[in-house]
Amino acid sequence: MAILPPSEGWFHQKVAKDEKIWMVLAFLMSLFLFFWMIIWHVYAKQNPSFVTYKTTPEEFYALTEAFVNKYKVGEENGIPVVKPPPGSDVFLLAQQFRWYPALVLKKGEEYRLHISSLDVLHGFSLQPVNMNFMVYPKYDYVLTFKPTSAGEYAIVCNEFCGIGHHMMIGKIVVEE
Amino acid sequence: MAVAVEGGEKWFRTCDVTGFKVDVRAEKIAKVNAVMAVVSFLIAVIAALLLVFTRWQLFHILPVDWYYRVLTLHGLDALVFWIIFFELAALTFASTAFLNTRMSSPAAGWLGTLLAIVGWLLVNYTILAGQADVLMTSYAPLKAHPLFYLGMILFAVGALVIVTTFFANLMIWRRENPGQSLPLFVYGLMAAAIIAVITIVSGAIIYIPTFLWSLGIIKDIDPAVYKLVWWGLGHPSQQINVAAHVSVWYLLAFLTVGGTSINEKVSRFAFVLYIVAINVASAHHLLVDPAVSPVWKVWNTSYVMYLAVFASMIHAFAVPSAIEVAQRRKGFTKGLFEWLKAAPWGNPGFSGLMLSLIIFGFIGGITGVVNGMEQTNIIVHNTISVTGHFKGAVVGGTALAFMSVTYYLIPLLFRKKIAFYGVAKYVPWLFGIGIAILGVSMYILGAFGVPRRHWDITFSGGPFTYTFNPVTDFFWALFGLGGALAVIGALIWILQVVVSVFFGQPFNGPKDLQIPIAEPPPPAKGEHEGFAAPGTFVLVLLFMVTFIIFVALNYGWLSAMWEVK
Ligand SMILES: [Cu+2]
Repeated sequence: MAILPPSEGWFHQKVAKDEKIWMVLAFLMSLFLFFWMIIWHVYAKQNPSFVTYKTTPEEFYALTEAFVNKYKVGEENGIPVVKPPPGSDVFLLAQQFRWYPALVLKKGEEYRLHISSLDVLHGFSLQPVNMNFMVYPKYDYVLTFKPTSAGEYAIVCNEFCGIGHHMMIGKIVVEE
Repeated sequence: MAVAVEGGEKWFRTCDVTGFKVDVRAEKIAKVNAVMAVVSFLIAVIAALLLVFTRWQLFHILPVDWYYRVLTLHGLDALVFWIIFFELAALTFASTAFLNTRMSSPAAGWLGTLLAIVGWLLVNYTILAGQADVLMTSYAPLKAHPLFYLGMILFAVGALVIVTTFFANLMIWRRENPGQSLPLFVYGLMAAAIIAVITIVSGAIIYIPTFLWSLGIIKDIDPAVYKLVWWGLGHPSQQINVAAHVSVWYLLAFLTVGGTSINEKVSRFAFVLYIVAINVASAHHLLVDPAVSPVWKVWNTSYVMYLAVFASMIHAFAVPSAIEVAQRRKGFTKGLFEWLKAAPWGNPGFSGLMLSLIIFGFIGGITGVVNGMEQTNIIVHNTISVTGHFKGAVVGGTALAFMSVTYYLIPLLFRKKIAFYGVAKYVPWLFGIGIAILGVSMYILGAFGVPRRHWDITFSGGPFTYTFNPVTDFFWALFGLGGALAVIGALIWILQVVVSVFFGQPFNGPKDLQIPIAEPPPPAKGEHEGFAAPGTFVLVLLFMVTFIIFVALNYGWLSAMWEVK
């Protein structure tokens, strides 16, 4: 009885057969999910990165500027467009309220994308692929991406970062 | 179940319905906290209405600054104040009335209540004054006015003081009743209280330095440390809710059909698992963050989180099987589901319990596992799916369970008749179905990439633009419909509570009882050998199949994405 102390002998009462079967199934499911994550980590191709460096806003800004100057190919709406070579280190900076710079990548090639913020937390949300990562100040988060589809992609900021949050949108073009 | 009142103790009254000995001093404290809960809920619901019709771009009623302000208000009043004030009321009432014991320290109870109310005032004031547009999570280095953090600290300390009186009450009961076990309902609340202590301490650890930082005394708050410790508060605080609302489920099963857990040992073990497992599971908010290692992520979110999921699955069997067994003993034995068909669906306590159970399991629970898996979190993180998940878990689960049990608390705690009882039976359906539609449509919108906490999904003023899949238009309309239904349900409930409590007719004993309290079922006929609850067994299997399909679908989507490591 939920509102009165349990009757005598409750501790030694036998568990009903169906409840026992259910508990075994539920526990197996829990174990399976645990091992599934590890298996995916080892064999599959989509896992969040664990390469992170400590940085400062100043340092990350300088790295991004150097990267932009080196590979810049144009400009769009005031944002530089940068085309780094396959396999290289790519810098993407988040700041209230922009992504800097816009990127041109090649399909099927790997890029080491460094993301960090100059101010508060931001959210890196790649659309329409719908892959989402957090962007921190002071931490350089390295995601090794291999774009597997060509086309135009948007980077939406999906962590509230201030009043202009909704204007914070970036661009990645993936060429064949 | 009449209990003799020991003579001469002037602070007790005897409940003429349940026979419980009620400490009037505790009752007053519980009442004030319950009223604060309802006031917070009202603010949260009005905010919700404004938010729904802002996010839905067709209406888009709030300007940008007010959107974030109202969103902050909604998050804190709905997720923190309404629920915790309600729990403080429940802890105070349950640890005295249900145990026929006295309040250890009314002074401490009032102190805690007062601190919590001052904290509540400060937080609500700073938000509405535009001094704290930081949302519920207030991630540093986004900064609010110092009084905002001070308000959170005062609220947390107030809650901690009341939780301490709860434990003191239990100790008095223990001394007066040696060798007895706690009733299951109180036992579950004790689990909630233990989790609350850990949570509140975590909250203090993060809000105190953040408060000092907002004053300029501390120069720097590391954003990763902030977020890690904040979620030590944020996630377990939801687990307080789960433990509390599961306790309410057991209580409602008993009150509405006389159902009792078919094996108390199992139910109690599941509560222990909550305490053991949940406090580290908060890691699942950091799965796509820098700074923490994958081993840490996998350990905390998977192994440990699944112990909590396992615990919830145990309750998912234990609660409906309690109902089924009681109903079968009353003679509803035909087929697998006669017990369910013959259940008192017109009793808002029962329909609310069932809807809460279903929405929590199928919407909140299953999506929660996908959010909590290291890889599938990539799809979900910070999209509106996350909020869809806790519409199912917290609003459909906790809030609905609390709303439903209130129909019993109004006569028993407030000694008032329920105003317009005739409409009560519709409330759980309106609110539950509304929240279910809202939660599911949000989850689907998130799967299309729609971000949470975002004022304008057309990105007006940005350097580039992006248009979400046109299918989302349909789900935005559903979202609006679900939100409107849920708000209507909630407002009716609030109106009933306010009118009953402040202007209602007095409740003069069992003859005034509008909401039925079930007779306990006749005793079981002999020892049971086969399945105790075959209908429930079929239902939980259906749940598991849905669960597996949903996880598999998500991994399927994930495998089609860009490669990332
Ligand atoms: Cu941003």
